[in-house]
Amino acid sequence: MAKTILEGSHAIAEAVKACKPQVVSAYPITPQTHIVERISDIVAEGELDCQYVRVESEFSAASVVLGASATGARTYSATTSQGLILMSEVLFNISGMRLPIVITCANRGLSAPITIWNDHQDSISQRDNGWIQMYGEHIQEIVDMHIQAYKVAEELMIPVMICLDGFILTHVYEPVELFDETQVTKFLPPYKPKYYLNPKKPLTFGAFADPSKYMETRYILEMDMQKALKHLDQVAKDFEKEFGRNFGGLIEEYKTDDAEIILLGMGSVVGTMKDAVDKMREQGKKVGVIKIRVYRPFPKEAISKAVSKAKVIGMLDKNISLGHEGAVFSDVKAVLYAQESRPKALDFIVGLGQRDITINTIENIAAICEEALTKDVKDIHWMDINKELI
Amino acid sequence: MTKIRLGGVVDPGSTRKNKTGGWRTYKPIFLSENCRKCKRCINYCPEGCVYLNEEGFPYADYDYCKGCGICANECPGHKETEEKAIVMELEEK
Repeated sequence: MAKTILEGSHAIAEAVKACKPQVVSAYPITPQTHIVERISDIVAEGELDCQYVRVESEFSAASVVLGASATGARTYSATTSQGLILMSEVLFNISGMRLPIVITCANRGLSAPITIWNDHQDSISQRDNGWIQMYGEHIQEIVDMHIQAYKVAEELMIPVMICLDGFILTHVYEPVELFDETQVTKFLPPYKPKYYLNPKKPLTFGAFADPSKYMETRYILEMDMQKALKHLDQVAKDFEKEFGRNFGGLIEEYKTDDAEIILLGMGSVVGTMKDAVDKMREQGKKVGVIKIRVYRPFPKEAISKAVSKAKVIGMLDKNISLGHEGAVFSDVKAVLYAQESRPKALDFIVGLGQRDITINTIENIAAICEEALTKDVKDIHWMDINKELI
Repeated sequence: MTKIRLGGVVDPGSTRKNKTGGWRTYKPIFLSENCRKCKRCINYCPEGCVYLNEEGFPYADYDYCKGCGICANECPGHKETEEKAIVMELEEK
């Protein structure tokens, strides 16, 4: 199909439309609003046969899609920040009940102090909730992820959260190739659940499990989460066959083959990182980039293989696990532990509350990594902190 | 053994199979010699698991009794001596 220029949020709405959800429920919150506003228009204009349920909070929005999904409907919601953490209780229930719901998280920081701007703290705080979490770099990638997400979710009965940077991606206009809906239906046939709520054949969802059974339910979910790694990779390849695009399965490597220094990131910052690397490559510096597309389940093997030849790696964390370090850094370091030769690992806390991450920031990060090639360098760095304010 | 279904989905009537009496620490012991057949234990039991036997004396279904002790607390005891007709005993497992 031809490319059109669309706002990120509106492009996502079009992708959701192509997936034909039967129930959508959402509560508006900046910077997610444009996504669900546009879907509301699409439903109102009769372009999508769907129940759009208006609710009074994100807790209710998540509860509506939970109930609807249990009846066998394909469902969708979107949220961010405070809305996501208000959904938190329901999100754990959704994964425990194995309902293949897809939600979009327009990443934003968490209060207090109030911020409506972007970082990854909201979705990172939900990392242990049994949802697959994917992060996209640009609009086309995120739009494609939505189609893939339903496929993976319904095959494995694990919900998927697609994360994109609030404002930076939700409010940006980019050229994007949309979908022929019959082609999407061929790739993603209607959802046919094994179990669903039906008054004629009653079932209980979310029943209690005493200590003799609870642990097994968690084990089964974890085993399926590990299976999801292969599925996500495979679905990205199947998608490529059908639609001709593949932005990587679990991770994307950029100029890493001969790289001494590898920088890792998630989301839109990776675009800036690639530009910075191009610039540094011109200066003869051997720097590469890894984009982590799938954060849960964590792609241990793929990352291990990709960083094995590097001397220093730098993780750009748009979050902080307070009292420890950047959350993704902890995971990446844990991957290195199993390796015979470990690169030095440094963590860079960046972009909290949408502090700009410029090419200059990336160059400074790379310079610290370069220093670490020959000297001992402390492992955690907060970038672009204004010391005059502290 | 029945395998756990995906998402822990269960058929109706699962509480008949899931015996929850194992949660109990204290067990109510019914002493018919002190019982005045007032049925307060039946009415107060939050689990609805106290029943009457053929002679009209109460007994608990220990498959579901969680040992909360409300029956023993509410029991008015013997008509004259007021000695309890239900006493809670630590259950050895």
